[in-house]
Amino acid sequence: MSHASEVRCYHCTLPVPPGLDFSVEIEGVAEPMCCAGCRAVAQAIVDAGLIDYYRYRTEPSQNPEQLVPQALRELELYDRPELQRSFVQGAGDEVREASLILEGITCAACVWLSERHVKALPGVLDFSVNYSTHRARVRWDDRRLKLSEILRAIAAIGYIAHPFDPDRQEQVQKRERSLALRRLAVAGLGMMQVMMLAVALYVGPEQGMEPHIVQFIRWVSLLITLPVVFYSGASFFANAWRDLRHRRLGMDVPVALAVGSTFAASAWATVTQGGEVYFESVTMFVFFLLTSRFLEMNARQRAGQAVEALGKLLPGFATRVRADGTEETVSVADLAPGDRLRIAPGAPVPADGVVLEGRSSVDESLMSGESLPRSRCAGDALVGGTVNVESPLLMRVEHVGQDTVLSGIQRLLERAQAEKPALARMTERGTGWFVLLILLVAGLAAGYWWTVDPGKAFWVAVAVLVVSCPCALALATPVALTAATGFLTRLGVLVTRGHALETLARATHIVFDKTGTLTEGRIGVHEVWSTGRLPDARCKALAAALETGSEHPVGKALRGLAQVHPPAEAQRSFPGRGIEARLDGSLYRIGTVDFVAELPEGPGPGAALQRQAEGLRRRWPDAGLVYLGGPQGLLAVFALGDELRPGAAAAVAALRGMGLEILLLSGDAPEPVARTAAQLGITRYQASMLPAQKLAAIEALQQNGAVVAMVGDGINDAPVLSRAQVSIAMAGGTELAQASADMILHTDRLEQLAVATERARSTLRIIGQNLVWALGYNVVALPVAAAGWLSPWLAALGMSLSSLLVVLNSLRLTLGNAPGPRRPR
Amino acid sequence: MDILFLLIPLSLLVMVVAAGAFLWAVKSGQFEDMEGPAHRILMDEDDPRIPHKRTADRLKEEDR
Repeated sequence: MSHASEVRCYHCTLPVPPGLDFSVEIEGVAEPMCCAGCRAVAQAIVDAGLIDYYRYRTEPSQNPEQLVPQALRELELYDRPELQRSFVQGAGDEVREASLILEGITCAACVWLSERHVKALPGVLDFSVNYSTHRARVRWDDRRLKLSEILRAIAAIGYIAHPFDPDRQEQVQKRERSLALRRLAVAGLGMMQVMMLAVALYVGPEQGMEPHIVQFIRWVSLLITLPVVFYSGASFFANAWRDLRHRRLGMDVPVALAVGSTFAASAWATVTQGGEVYFESVTMFVFFLLTSRFLEMNARQRAGQAVEALGKLLPGFATRVRADGTEETVSVADLAPGDRLRIAPGAPVPADGVVLEGRSSVDESLMSGESLPRSRCAGDALVGGTVNVESPLLMRVEHVGQDTVLSGIQRLLERAQAEKPALARMTERGTGWFVLLILLVAGLAAGYWWTVDPGKAFWVAVAVLVVSCPCALALATPVALTAATGFLTRLGVLVTRGHALETLARATHIVFDKTGTLTEGRIGVHEVWSTGRLPDARCKALAAALETGSEHPVGKALRGLAQVHPPAEAQRSFPGRGIEARLDGSLYRIGTVDFVAELPEGPGPGAALQRQAEGLRRRWPDAGLVYLGGPQGLLAVFALGDELRPGAAAAVAALRGMGLEILLLSGDAPEPVARTAAQLGITRYQASMLPAQKLAAIEALQQNGAVVAMVGDGINDAPVLSRAQVSIAMAGGTELAQASADMILHTDRLEQLAVATERARSTLRIIGQNLVWALGYNVVALPVAAAGWLSPWLAALGMSLSSLLVVLNSLRLTLGNAPGPRRPR
Repeated sequence: MDILFLLIPLSLLVMVVAAGAFLWAVKSGQFEDMEGPAHRILMDEDDPRIPHKRTADRLKEEDR
């Protein structure tokens, strides 16, 4: 569709519609802009002296949604104390602090731009944006500047800021992470110091180091190890105690035992000036184990940050109509059942309710995943969170807050999440037995030596416990998972739940949804058939002209048919039927066949047209047919529908090649589903399925022992996504689907699913290798220790080498050709 | 070798200072954002008086 001389907007790089002449002078050159929004933002950037933004940016800017004056007035509501209470700290004081989340950030330069611009406002004390999460913290003096002015300044440069209220869980996680980092730091620093001193102890005595120096070094090592054991290692002891109280033998018991007894023995040796000291081993244990725990915690916490707050689904403000007919802007939190609301075209529906007046079409893709809006008129129900597309509606509120359908679904998801069937981690099985084995060997060794040389018995037992410490074992899984997850993230596949990779590797069946998953979920034009009265190109141009300014997905698709078209005059929209306008002096109509046939001139649909329509319907069973008519009569028929994703066929073939059984379960009508299945070579498929039926089908498979992976995008898929052992959501899908899924395909490229599955299987293989090595080391070292041949340097060496090997082996998972950094959508 | 009685406690002092600095960094939230500082350095404000090759031509090279 691009012509050689196509002009692109300097700001957002979208094509500039012909005939438009927006431009902004940037450094002496008039750069073209595609719309008033881009022009306004670019001008604001130039006026603020921040042109460096265009130099720094690595991605095109997002086309800014122009905030209508109405929305700008709504920003003032954020100054109200009741509203500020939930997301502003110090509300009521002069210096306040708030958390915001920014929308529209595409690269690092955007962060730089917003930071510079906002910091320049008088009254702003600090403003910083987190590059990865796009969350911002602003501190300002309320006497000099109001929050709404800050939000308006952000909007002026093209970003939208939402107040952000981190829920309690996130604050807990933040504290957890901070504590873990501090413990890790103390352990790391202590370990390094003690190891340096330990080297002196290894070689010193043989080289004639004086005993008082040896003692000194021992005492210093003891001193440094104290905080490492009691501060950094505190969690091991606490967990072990908890496990013992519940008569369980978890991983922490041998760790606590090893750390505690080794430290005690070494302290004893220091005091009595005899025996061996193992302080470096102790600090190494603690450090390696804390590292592995930290990696696990990071993986767990990633879920919360990957998906932005679901609260954004419901709008913040609504327009309430009072009894006397006047309107007021209120926050959604203040709505009550019985309120009458006016919903403008393009605005989301604030709460569940019923249409009182008006006739429009509503985009319910959040609920059903369908991209075609459904028409609604007086008496029809509206669901909060859906978007009103065409014309204004007046509605009466029936349910708010926790009673809305959306809240109900969220609760359902949370419950399903808690009951999710997950496969046990490889390492957690048999841990108890391993621990018992160690204790047994330690006891036996001590017992044996007690009979031979009592003085040595204690040290041998300590040596056994030292080598038994499951350092490498603890590192085996987390390091591998972190490496694999990092690779996949660069690929564009986000892993949000810890078990996802291991479960994906074990999957036997993979279930696909159709609309939005295998297909684009967007309307495109399949075919155009012209009656011949006018050339094809002219018909396309007329259609594009009639649909100027339409927000309807069908309209957007038709607009893409032609770049150049005559201007439309006297454009009128007939909801549910079509659009009429005067082009080049004549009246044209586009829409349903009856609507178009009503045109005053021209004959109605003839037999030829009927046959063509039927032909189109046969070729595209799920397509919608749109007719174009004018003074010459009926001019053309357009078949519009959803298109298959380009990578779908390759992905399905690759997955089948890996031995997975492919299924297609869809809620769509039988013919489109059959056609899609045929195109992709899927033999097991079912159509017209309700979510409950999909759930039942998956449960049936699971009962036969299958491990099911489910790929979907709509809210109607959400309960099913929770039920499958591992679930993958498309990034273009609904937010609820993304929140409930274990993995998100950020680039919407299905081929990456095959790569991810391959990588998951490698991960499992490498974890297996790590475990074998770690256990092998333990098995070999144990007899060495039991025989009394272990010395501190041998123990330290063995432990660090085994851990190093595990880490290096896991790093193999980061290899491979991940195509360069892809910008997630 | 008695110098070690001075040197080792000195190194301990350094370690304590290092630990303190790290703990302060964690507490002031510097570990929340790992990518930011890398970008910030590249985009720091240069002295506006330094002449640089900043013309429309260079933009045309980059974009087109």
